[in-house]
Parts: sequence; structure tokens; C-alpha cells
Amino acid sequence: MSRMGFFTDTSLCIGCKACEVACKEWNQVPEDGLDFTAMSFDNTKGLSADSWRHVAFIEQRKPVGASQANLGSDFRWLMSSDVCKHCTDAACLDVCPTGALFRTEFGTVVVQQDVCNGCGYCVPACPYGVIGKREQDGRVWKCTLCYDRLGVGMEPACAKACPTNSIQFGELEELRVRAGGRVEQLHQAGVLDARLYGHDPSDGVGGDGAFFLLLDEPEVYGLPPGPHVTTRELPRMWRNAAIAGAGLMGAVCASLLGRR
Amino acid sequence: MVPPAEFSSYYGKAIVKEPTWAAFDIAGYLFLGGLAGASSTLAAGAELSGRHGLARPLKLGAAGAISLSLLALVRDLGRPERFLNMLRVFKPTSPMSVGVWILSAYAPAAIAAAAAELAGGLRSLGRGGTLGAALLGPAVASYTAVLIADTATPAWHDGHREMPFVFVGSAASAAAGLGLLFAPLAENSPAVRLAVIGAGAEMTAVKLLERRIGIVAENYHQGRAGKLMRAAEALTVLGVAGAVRHGRRRRSAAALSGAALLAASACARFGIFEAGRRSARDPRYTVVPQRERAERERR
Repeated sequence: MSRMGFFTDTSLCIGCKACEVACKEWNQVPEDGLDFTAMSFDNTKGLSADSWRHVAFIEQRKPVGASQANLGSDFRWLMSSDVCKHCTDAACLDVCPTGALFRTEFGTVVVQQDVCNGCGYCVPACPYGVIGKREQDGRVWKCTLCYDRLGVGMEPACAKACPTNSIQFGELEELRVRAGGRVEQLHQAGVLDARLYGHDPSDGVGGDGAFFLLLDEPEVYGLPPGPHVTTRELPRMWRNAAIAGAGLMGAVCASLLGRR
Repeated sequence: MVPPAEFSSYYGKAIVKEPTWAAFDIAGYLFLGGLAGASSTLAAGAELSGRHGLARPLKLGAAGAISLSLLALVRDLGRPERFLNMLRVFKPTSPMSVGVWILSAYAPAAIAAAAAELAGGLRSLGRGGTLGAALLGPAVASYTAVLIADTATPAWHDGHREMPFVFVGSAASAAAGLGLLFAPLAENSPAVRLAVIGAGAEMTAVKLLERRIGIVAENYHQGRAGKLMRAAEALTVLGVAGAVRHGRRRRSAAALSGAALLAASACARFGIFEAGRRSARDPRYTVVPQRERAERERR
């Protein structure tokens, strides 16, 4: 079974939010607020237990590139559908103490809802701030990459609903090749800002199962510029804890020496 | 290091999520757990050196603290009735998993030690429990530092090298405080010495941590966390000074110093907890250090 994932080409996103709607419908994700945020057209705010696809909108005083039908304006509108990255080295999975979070046969990361006891450790562990806790329910929830749809050979709901094929679903290796070609194409069309994010297996999380083509720095979209699975430093942490623990033993022994 | 003058963010929204843990439960546990672990270790030492007046309150205190801890930890779960699910696996990549197993061994030992102490008999149970709790005590006191550092929370993760020493130092001075509060004057010298060592280690480790983490250290100085950390420092200094100067000769001085050290340890844990939450809320503390690291790696 080869690893499946998403390539989200944000240069194609039109900000329709069909992905958000399809995801919520298919996965029965609860409604989580009808707000006006004044964040352009983004009233979803971010990924959480009750938002598994989040379309970001950024308005900038910058032309898109030579290919823009230039009406003399220097304005561009960045739109991107964010989602769980299904990291190769997933911090949420590493820190889960019950084994509820596991790696599926598709290479995706999924929470077993009958095991999760709501300890919430995965929530601060995720370098992208994806996974969240449903307070009433008590458990944590996130994108499953439509595990139930993949199991019967269907593509995830968001990819199915996306009208521009901004969200592309398929074998991760193939998507990475396709993405490389797309960036090249955009650069040649004069869109020099285009870059891939999360495609690189040598990055801080071993590469993402859901990676992106962005038109600006990751932090502009609310993404960390250098995401990092905390487990990489864990051996050093355990070692220092062992030294500190030994220090406590030593300190107690030292305190017992002497009269009285 | 001078931080970059500006950084980009998405409408100033947080990137990473702050923990959903309740401060009362989890920062409270960080304090009580550390107190319990270090108290058990000191209690065994006191007992083996014939200082039963010091050993007794430490054993009882450890058992009480760890019992309250377990209640707080289970209560904080989203599905408390599923707390046993933690025992489905043993995962070294999860400090919480490792911790649950440590506590499963430590808590019965500490409670057995206290039970034997109260019952007056049960000698082998008491001795076994005391020694078992003493050997596991340092693990109980230090693993929680790994737990909070093993996240994406900037104020915690960036300080991961020093955090175990902060926690163990704080635990040691809390245990010393417990001893000073209840032990007879004739036997409390070990508590005075441990207070000095523990407080010294903790304060040094905190300073080193703050120096290493750059702008993220703001979270330990500003707002509610800043107040708590400053209170912890002041109470530590007062507690150690009082213990050293008068703690061996005057009951009231020993008790006040002990209480100050306990309060100091609690303030430090709540301060560290709050600093973490604050550092997660502002994307600055995620973006700027990551950009700085990328710059360093480029060069």
C-alpha cells in the first residue's frame, strides 16, 4: 500500500470553501461559530477539533506575477486551504500515551475515538497547531484524510469537492514530482514567489503527507517557517532528566552528611 | 541576539496551540509530583540515618501529595473514565506514557511507606515502600520537565536542556520546605542543606534557561507568569535565608522558611505553566526563533 496524501496548489485556490463544507458534511463535524472576524473572507479562523479544512485569505499590495491580467493594480489575494499535514514524523502520534493516534496503511495519522481519553498532550505537541480538543466531548479530533473513503477507493471529500483541483489527492511520491513540475512552470510564467512547503523529507518533520505550493512565506499563511517534531530532542531531554535525577540523589546524600 | 525588527504572521493569530490543561490540575500536579518524589528520597535518607522525626512528615507528605496528584490528573482528562487506557501501551516517545508507568510503581510504594508509618508496624512493607519510593522519587521529580518540554510550546521546548534541572531543584527545595515545616529542630539540618542545594540549582538553571531562549524569555518576565516567577524567586531567597540563619534554632523560623519554600516551588510551577501558555498564543515566539535558526543554518 503506497503512501497517500494531498498536494494543495494554492495558486489555483479561488477561496470558495467547498472543501470546508464538504469536510464538515462528510465527517459530521459540528458547527463551531458563525463569526465575522474581519480577516478578509476567513471566518473560520484556523484548524481545530471542529475545523479540519481552513481556507486562509490574505490581501496584499503586490502583483501576482507577469501572468496577471494587469489592470494597473498592485493588489493580489492569496488563498490557501490548510489541513492536517499527516507528518512523516508526527509529534501528536509520538506523544500520545494511549496509542489512540496511529499510522494507517495509507501513511496517514488518525485518532481512534474509542481509545482517546482526552489527555490533550497531542494538542501542544503539534508544530502546526492542527489537532484540537472538543471540550464537551472530551476527546481530540482532526482530519482523518477521510480514512473511511480511502478504504473503499474513494478520494477525500475536500479533494472531491474542490472545483479547481487546487486540492490534489494521490500517491505522495507522484504528487511530489507533479508539484516540482508545477513550481517550475510558475517560475517560468514569472510567478517567482511560488515555492513548495512541506515537500522535503529532510525537513523538521520528515516531510508532510499533505504539502503545499505557496506564493509567499509560510508565516504569512499562519504556517510555521521551520516546523519541527519535538521528538528529535527527546533523547537529550531524557538524558538531562536522568542527570538531574542522579543529582537529586546526590544532593539528598550530601544533605545527610554532617552532625545533626 | 537582537531579534529581527519585524516578522510576518496571519493576522497575529497563534500558530501552535496552547495546552487545554487546567492550570490548577496540571501546574498543581507539577508542584505536588515534584514535592512527592523529592520528599520520598529525602525520607529514606532521613530514616536510614536515624532521623525518624524528619522521615515521618516527609513520608506522609509524599503519600498525600501523590494521592492528590493522581486525582488531579484523572480529573483533567477529557474522558476521566478512560484513564486506564494509558496502560494500554508503553511508549518511550511519550513522556506521559513513561510517567504513567513510573507513577504506577511509585504511588503504591509511597502510600505503603506512609501506611506503615501511621500503623506503627508493618515493618517490611514500610521499609520496602520507603526504599522503592526513594529510588523512583528522582524519576517522578524529573520526568514532568521532559513532559512539558516535549511539545511545540516555545517557552517550554526551547528550554528543554535546563528544564529537568529547574524541576528537580524546585522539587528538592519543596521537600526541604516540608521537612523544615514539620521536623523537630534536632533533626532538620538535612532539610536546611537540601534547601540551599535545591534552591541554588533551581535558580541557576532558570537563569541559564532564560539566557538561552532569547526573546522567548519575555514570557517568563511579563504578565502573570512574570509575577509568579518573581514571587517564586523572592520566596526562595527568603526561605533559604531564614532556614540557614535561624532554621536550626527556632521553631517559628523553620516553619516560616519551610512554608516559604513550598510556596516558592508552587509559584515557580504555575509561573512556568503560564509562561508556556503565553508563548504559544503569540506567533512571534514560534516564527522568530525558527527564522533565526534557518538563518544560522544557511550560513
